[in-house]
Amino acid sequence: MVPEKINNSNLPENTRKTQVEQAQVSREIKPAPPRYRNELAKYIINRSDACIHCGKCAEVCPQGVHVLKPGYKLFAAPRLNVCVGPSCQNTDRYCVDLCPQKALRMVENPMMKVLGDYRWTPDLILSTWKMAETGSAPPKEFGYEREFGNSGGGFDRLKIKFPAKAPLEVKPEEVDTTLELNRRNDGRPQIKLDVPWYGGGMSFGSVSNVTQLSKARAAVAFNTFTCTGEGGYMERLRPYDDHTITQVATGLFGVREETIQRVRIIEFKYAQGAKPGLGGHLLADKVTPSVARMRETVLGISLFSPFPFHSVYSIEDHQKHMDWIKHINRHALISAKVSTPTDVDMVAVGSHSAGAHIVHIDGGYGGTGAAPDIAKKNIAMPVEYGIVKVHDFLTREGVRDKVTLIASGGLRNAYDIAKAIALGADGVVVGTAELVALGCLRCARCESGRGCPRGIATTDPKLQEQLTVEWGSQRIINLYNAWRNDLVDILVKLGLRSISELRGRTDLLMHMDYTNDMEPKK
Amino acid sequence: MPDKYHIKTKPVPARRPKIGKVGIVDWREDCAGCRNCVKKACVFDRYRQEAEYIRNMSDMDSIFFQCMGCFSCVQQCTKGLLALSENPVYDRLGNRYWTPAIIETTWNQAETAKIPVSGAGYRGRFTGPGFDSMWTDMSEIVRPTRDGIHGREYISTAVDIGRKPAVLHFNSLSDISNFPLITIAMPLVIDLMPQGYKLSNVIKFCKSLAVQTGILIIVDYRDLELLGNDLDNSLANLILYIDRGAHLPPHSLLKRIRMVEIGDDDQIDKRIRDIKAINQDIIVAIRVEMGADGVARAKELGQKKNIEVLHLVADMNGDQIGVAQPRFIKDMVREVHNFLINRGIRNEITIIAGGGIALAEHMAKQIICGADLVGINLPLLIALECVLCNECNDGVHCPVDVGNVKESYGVGRMVNLVAAWHDQLIEVMGAMGMREVRRLRGEVGRALFFEELEEATFGKLFGTRKN
Repeated sequence: MVPEKINNSNLPENTRKTQVEQAQVSREIKPAPPRYRNELAKYIINRSDACIHCGKCAEVCPQGVHVLKPGYKLFAAPRLNVCVGPSCQNTDRYCVDLCPQKALRMVENPMMKVLGDYRWTPDLILSTWKMAETGSAPPKEFGYEREFGNSGGGFDRLKIKFPAKAPLEVKPEEVDTTLELNRRNDGRPQIKLDVPWYGGGMSFGSVSNVTQLSKARAAVAFNTFTCTGEGGYMERLRPYDDHTITQVATGLFGVREETIQRVRIIEFKYAQGAKPGLGGHLLADKVTPSVARMRETVLGISLFSPFPFHSVYSIEDHQKHMDWIKHINRHALISAKVSTPTDVDMVAVGSHSAGAHIVHIDGGYGGTGAAPDIAKKNIAMPVEYGIVKVHDFLTREGVRDKVTLIASGGLRNAYDIAKAIALGADGVVVGTAELVALGCLRCARCESGRGCPRGIATTDPKLQEQLTVEWGSQRIINLYNAWRNDLVDILVKLGLRSISELRGRTDLLMHMDYTNDMEPKK
Repeated sequence: MPDKYHIKTKPVPARRPKIGKVGIVDWREDCAGCRNCVKKACVFDRYRQEAEYIRNMSDMDSIFFQCMGCFSCVQQCTKGLLALSENPVYDRLGNRYWTPAIIETTWNQAETAKIPVSGAGYRGRFTGPGFDSMWTDMSEIVRPTRDGIHGREYISTAVDIGRKPAVLHFNSLSDISNFPLITIAMPLVIDLMPQGYKLSNVIKFCKSLAVQTGILIIVDYRDLELLGNDLDNSLANLILYIDRGAHLPPHSLLKRIRMVEIGDDDQIDKRIRDIKAINQDIIVAIRVEMGADGVARAKELGQKKNIEVLHLVADMNGDQIGVAQPRFIKDMVREVHNFLINRGIRNEITIIAGGGIALAEHMAKQIICGADLVGINLPLLIALECVLCNECNDGVHCPVDVGNVKESYGVGRMVNLVAAWHDQLIEVMGAMGMREVRRLRGEVGRALFFEELEEATFGKLFGTRKN
């Protein structure tokens, strides 16, 4: 569907002057191989001195793990990341058994103990990398646990109840994964995304240009959105105006009439899951000339984003806020991004009544940026509770179908997206997973020294060079594609024709810590 | 604007190499000699530091483990010779409650006095036992602050210790209160070190810490000489602990201090009378060990008119003492707190809760669960790079030689830790929209409890929670 264009003639000349031709990005899936020489693998194969270099292993392995280059006597380093691991034993091509010298030994890579954490297990990281590489889910033989993390609660204990046979036969190509963002019927454009998610806000400075552009290009390819984060509208994002959300956060950095008028969605960030209830603080030495120019501030002076908006102390103030933006851009949809306090349900209803099209709740366990550890762990509730609370309350208030509920905060894969929607959200926002696609492994050093050692969340020119926009966009496009396939697969198995039919279907979920003996909701 | 409570800090470097979580395993043989060594490219410059360190190594039992775990070298080495592994030394730190992560963050705070910050979202478990089964709340549009509009610089962390009678009693027109009150700037007292963790110099550092930060320190009367000769400067910060059955300190001393704590037994009424007879302006706290009948005893004492302060103490892991299925300190204190609320007398006494307070967030959470302030001990010891080997006493070999550290180091590290905790308390209170820590007490409306949230959301959808 062609997005409804802003009527340019209505825009002031200053803004019109800055508009450029919009970029087109193809959704084509192309392999985007890992950018490191030694890719991390779940299993490693040791070759002992007994090897006589007969080449049998290279001959039998269907994946091409063992590499004996022509003209070479010795084996090159094995391509362990394509090895499927012990599940190969069930085939007749298991190199370890077939080696005439019994020179091979397969063990679980001990480095897996250091990789990842409870929420992003090594399996989730590796499978996300595979999806970003190939554009589809890694084959079952790899044995990755792709659905659950290891946090022991929330999404990791919720399971989708797949019926033995789907109640309705749906063909994969008929499944509708689109998400409608404007449910207010207020004359503003109907914006429809091809997938039920969009990219989270990561500001200029917190991530590299390459990261921001890669996200933007993937958003174009999948007809969805990315978000500027607080910190201004990067000039290089202009070709992606139609798929960019301008964030208005408490510091109002880089917010100008022009940046509000050029986009189709404007997001008010009241709070964020990474540090609910706390403001932001950009340290003085990170306020480089380009950051200062973008944020319209003074070089080398540290910048505070206060909490909360000091112009908003009530829903009425909130409405005033939105009216102001709605007046400046008469075609934009408004999103209110809030975190998950105990009364998040009230906040959501309040936001709706103040005129928001999208209520975006960002749970306490989310976030990609640097934040105080005490806030990441302790403040505000996990989004799993928030979704149920808000969905129920909006329903009881009779406005559930007038607002788009977006959830975020710790969603890692298509299963989490499906679970969030089944709990009651309309769609989700993802952040960390996109960074993982670019090679993040959550070492959590985003803020130390020169910034991200993997070149993703840094402005250090040398470190940034590690990835290119082309590669980065392809990785995210591939990941999106794999997710969409997964979602379609989930819907087909459930016998649902569209993702919107899944919303609020808690009867399709079970919780592994509960008896699950409730009467199904009528 | 009145003077702000501010703790002066400066970085105090560690004495020993840090024990990090990740170590680099490096096979030097089989190196291709490609000269593209990724070690030079380490973003954190760790390899050069390591070489430097090994050159100057004076202490053979220490290992260099400061790898940040980014895997960059592992993934870029031409021959794939490098690997990361878990550091077994890190893994063995502490115990099940005092986890390596807690010890590591305490070390960092003691060094830098800064709030620990990291990227990439929350990494831990969804929930857990003890303090991990609750979250603190935050303010949002409909109610940006609980206490009205204010900046963070106006958040007060001061608390009062003592008895606050519900009604005033007039002895004469000028004498309207018969109970003394101490106000301290932070809801924290330094408790006695648990058995097995008593070191004479640590007590001295704690005393200086109390004086510098304006908090109070509980010192066993029998250990008083350890504080040195300049006792006069610290009398205002001293809570003298008098054990069950121990002789009362000399009158001359009791007349000069503001607060004592006595061990709980059936003689406490007489003890309080005796002490007040010597100095009626002294505050007497009762130390109640939270054993099998600790909660019942605390409730009983809480109703007595002569009790000013209850100090409820669990074991060092926050568990009930000497029971097979121990309850956690926050739940026990919450029960006592609620009981006194229902009797309408909660405001009359002060509750100090101790045991298991390991992180700044525990301080806030314990106060939400009904304590006025908390007592800590082990975190201060960990600030001195203690590894909690649990074998320390004067004269016993200490693996990190805590007994011989310099005063500037010891006090500096402790002050840094307390300052970092204070800043973190302000952070969570700012998020909650609370302006005063006094009003945080028992404010469960500003917290979210795992059991309640589960019941209200998933219980409704999925039936009964198993076990």
